[in-house]
Amino acid sequence: MIFGFPLLSVAIWLPILFGLLIMATGGDRNAPLARILALLGATLGFVVTIPLYTGFDKTTSLMQFVELHDWITRYNIHYHLGVDGISVLFILLNSFFTPLVVIAGWKVIEKRVAQYMAAFLIMSGLINGVFASLDAVLFYVFWEAMLIPMFIIIGVWGGTNRVYAAVKFFLYTLLGSLLMLIALLYLYNQSGGSFAILDYHKLPIPLTAQILIFIAFFMAFAVKVPMFPVHTWLPDAHVEAPTGGSVVLAAIMLKVGAYGFIRFSMPIAPDASQQLSGVMIALSLIAVVYIALVALVQTDMKKLVAYSSVSHMGFVTLGLFMFNAYGVEGALLQMISHGFISGALFVCIGVMYDRMHTRNIADYGGVANKMPVFAAFFVLFAMANVGLPGTSGFVGEFMVIMGAVKVNFWYAFLAASTLIFGAAYTLWMVKRVIFGAVANQHVAHLTDMNAREIFVCTVLAAAVLAMGLYPLPFSEIMHVSVSDLLVHVARSKL
Amino acid sequence: MNYLATLSPLYAEIFLLVMACTILIVDLFFTNPSKTPTYLLVQITLFGCAFLTVFTYQPGVVYLFNNMFVDDLMSDVLKLLSYLGMSMVLVYSRTYLMVRGLFTGEFMVLLLFTLLGMMVMISASHFLTLYMGLELLSLSLYAMVALQRDSAASTEAAMKYFILGALASGLLLYGISMLYGATGTLELNAVSDAITQGAADKNLLVFGLVFVVTGLAFKLGVVPFHMWVPDVYHGAPTAVTMLIGSAPKLAVFAFVMRILVEGLQPLLVHWSGMLVILAVLSMALGNIVAIAQTNLKRMLAYSTIAHMGFLLLGILSGGLEGYGSAMFYAVVYVLMSLGSFGMIMLLSREGFEADTLNDFKGLNQRSPWLALMMMLLMFSMAGVPPTVGFYAKFSVLQAAVSAGYVSLAVIAVLFSLIGAFYYLRIVKLMYFDAPETHAPISIQPDSGLLISINGLALLVLGMLPGTLMSICAVAVQRSLLLP
Repeated sequence: MIFGFPLLSVAIWLPILFGLLIMATGGDRNAPLARILALLGATLGFVVTIPLYTGFDKTTSLMQFVELHDWITRYNIHYHLGVDGISVLFILLNSFFTPLVVIAGWKVIEKRVAQYMAAFLIMSGLINGVFASLDAVLFYVFWEAMLIPMFIIIGVWGGTNRVYAAVKFFLYTLLGSLLMLIALLYLYNQSGGSFAILDYHKLPIPLTAQILIFIAFFMAFAVKVPMFPVHTWLPDAHVEAPTGGSVVLAAIMLKVGAYGFIRFSMPIAPDASQQLSGVMIALSLIAVVYIALVALVQTDMKKLVAYSSVSHMGFVTLGLFMFNAYGVEGALLQMISHGFISGALFVCIGVMYDRMHTRNIADYGGVANKMPVFAAFFVLFAMANVGLPGTSGFVGEFMVIMGAVKVNFWYAFLAASTLIFGAAYTLWMVKRVIFGAVANQHVAHLTDMNAREIFVCTVLAAAVLAMGLYPLPFSEIMHVSVSDLLVHVARSKL
Repeated sequence: MNYLATLSPLYAEIFLLVMACTILIVDLFFTNPSKTPTYLLVQITLFGCAFLTVFTYQPGVVYLFNNMFVDDLMSDVLKLLSYLGMSMVLVYSRTYLMVRGLFTGEFMVLLLFTLLGMMVMISASHFLTLYMGLELLSLSLYAMVALQRDSAASTEAAMKYFILGALASGLLLYGISMLYGATGTLELNAVSDAITQGAADKNLLVFGLVFVVTGLAFKLGVVPFHMWVPDVYHGAPTAVTMLIGSAPKLAVFAFVMRILVEGLQPLLVHWSGMLVILAVLSMALGNIVAIAQTNLKRMLAYSTIAHMGFLLLGILSGGLEGYGSAMFYAVVYVLMSLGSFGMIMLLSREGFEADTLNDFKGLNQRSPWLALMMMLLMFSMAGVPPTVGFYAKFSVLQAAVSAGYVSLAVIAVLFSLIGAFYYLRIVKLMYFDAPETHAPISIQPDSGLLISINGLALLVLGMLPGTLMSICAVAVQRSLLLP
């Protein structure tokens, strides 16, 4: 807390209040006001999170900016917020993306603008809540509540098959969450009546219980990551969601799952994590290799990027379960970098979709002739997706591979294969969409990006390059917290 | 001591009875079909009852009439909530019944007698008073289901309700008679003492218990004694469905608590096993069959069955945690049920019942505010935070896990996942689909305001559920003298 100002609460509730305000003031009849209010709320929401970074003490792994109030005394539940070097990054990432999403949907969304903007702002606040909660019930409430706006976003503004995708997304995630709830209740009873997540980190638990807890958490988090074989909701949701929805899904929501592994599974059930690490590594490698091959054969651009996300998130879970500093820090950097890159790619696909109303790769060709500025951005983000040195994509993947080498050469070998497969599916798509001769009449009539779109892409390109060239600001802030996590995971709780 | 003063815990019941009889006669002189004076009188009566219940509050447990009647904190809280529920039913159903010509003095008087029956059930500490209250409640409800005399569906529903209800009452009485035979008393506390002392014949007791639990299961509407629920919910006029599906659940909760927990606590090992089966079957069948429904009233009927299964899960978990969570669940359920049926009536108009799923298509385009309220109701029913429905499920699951029923808790959440599907479908219809009709929705200011308060209450209670949880826990604790 700086000057007694509850920064985290503001980061959570400010966007939510703006969201409610948007719905209250004129609603859909007053779209321009809704847009301006949304931009104002999103920007303010980002501004208030900047002190979280500037005022952050990088020398400690303790929770900072802590807020602790009684909430439901009957079950000893507290309104307990705080961030360490891991969660603070995701709050920044999320708040950073909200204004971009608002800008990206500025003119594109014409139907029920107020509800669209309100849904995104409310979701942004709820996601901040997920990352900031230190009380298990508070975490659970934010975790579930953020499903509701996403469900609405996919279902109302999505594509043709949106209802199927929205319901599948909701039920898939709910299944995992409910099992996690049982695990949390079990921990509550074991710990003698505490819902504080940090208490669970110290709680001794027998191995069988640890394994069951790990599985329950796995169901919740693996669906969100998403890990193979529970990833099937993601391509559906991505394809059907509007551009903004895809961006938030890929850039932020997937990170919530991996964050769950870091905050819950690994420190609460360290022995089970070690025991089951083989399974986790196997599933991660399947995601990295097999899903990359699946991405190769996609004909829909959004689907291709969605599968690419699953493949890249495989890197994240692989890094986490290497249990060394390279692996975990690499995984975290990969999460942030993937946020920038996949978000940017979805924005780019959105730019094309708004003009052509198709996502089929076959409908494009030679876009570079008509949209040179756009092509430059698109190629940059594609290169970052491949993991070209100098872009953010390289840093995380390289560190995870380094971490994997220390454990087992073949893990590293299989993981590194993605550098080839990733290049194959991404560059092949770029070749077919961007380069070559102008393919058809529709492409011939394309107009290049407008100022609004250029702004969004420039911001994201700057982030991708900055992180690729100078990742230190990102890694130094998480360093102490990661070391502390690794100490926790190495210590047996039996 | 003045005899009248000793009756103070009973003032609310006496006042209600007097007013009900007065209204029955006075109503004959109000010939205007809008029945506004009668309506206001009923609301004043409900308010007066609430005033008397608060005013005559006494700490501790007070027995009256040779231990036939008990006044404790649980009964006070449940009665206050019942008045509130009845008052809400009246506000919601006024316009709906008026355009159908059913907003008559008889309806309102029967409603008051239903309430009286509920109050007797809530405060009973003797098998005879319990039975009396139950019959008063049931008979009033049978008559109300059949209120729409020219509707074949209503008549059929009333017939079914009456026959199955009478059968259930018979089973219950049979069970009670066996308990009487084994223990020699009908007083709940004395029954409990007699069983604890071990003088009673165990076989006879358990035999009686089976019949009592069957009777209770009929009244709760849990599987496999649920057959009447969908038909009655569907066939009755929506206002009556709302009445059956809301406040009486509080009375039935009290009924179960009085019989099983106060009277037959020593037989816990026997009845908790029976409740496990009833609870699991109800959650399973209720949630799965609800998916297949196209009529919203029927869907809500099956949803009720599933919710009652959840309620039983709380009761069978036992202890302060279990009973407190079950009471909280019942209160939350009543609030959600009132809102859902209220919404059906709000969207209905003359000659049109908005009770099929398709009637909710595109509601967001017709009225974004009502759609938002319905979404809150549905997410609350599904148990998704930040609505209060989540905390209801949360506290019951917590009770189950702390009592060691972890696997039951897992079964419960899996079925509530299945349940989430059909609640989501309503949200989907409202938000994702195009409306089938653009008929304007005319909302009366009173019911419009009430549905807003009702929907937002789910959200506000979801943000701050602590107070209501504590009230339920303290009420149960004080009444059952739990540690």
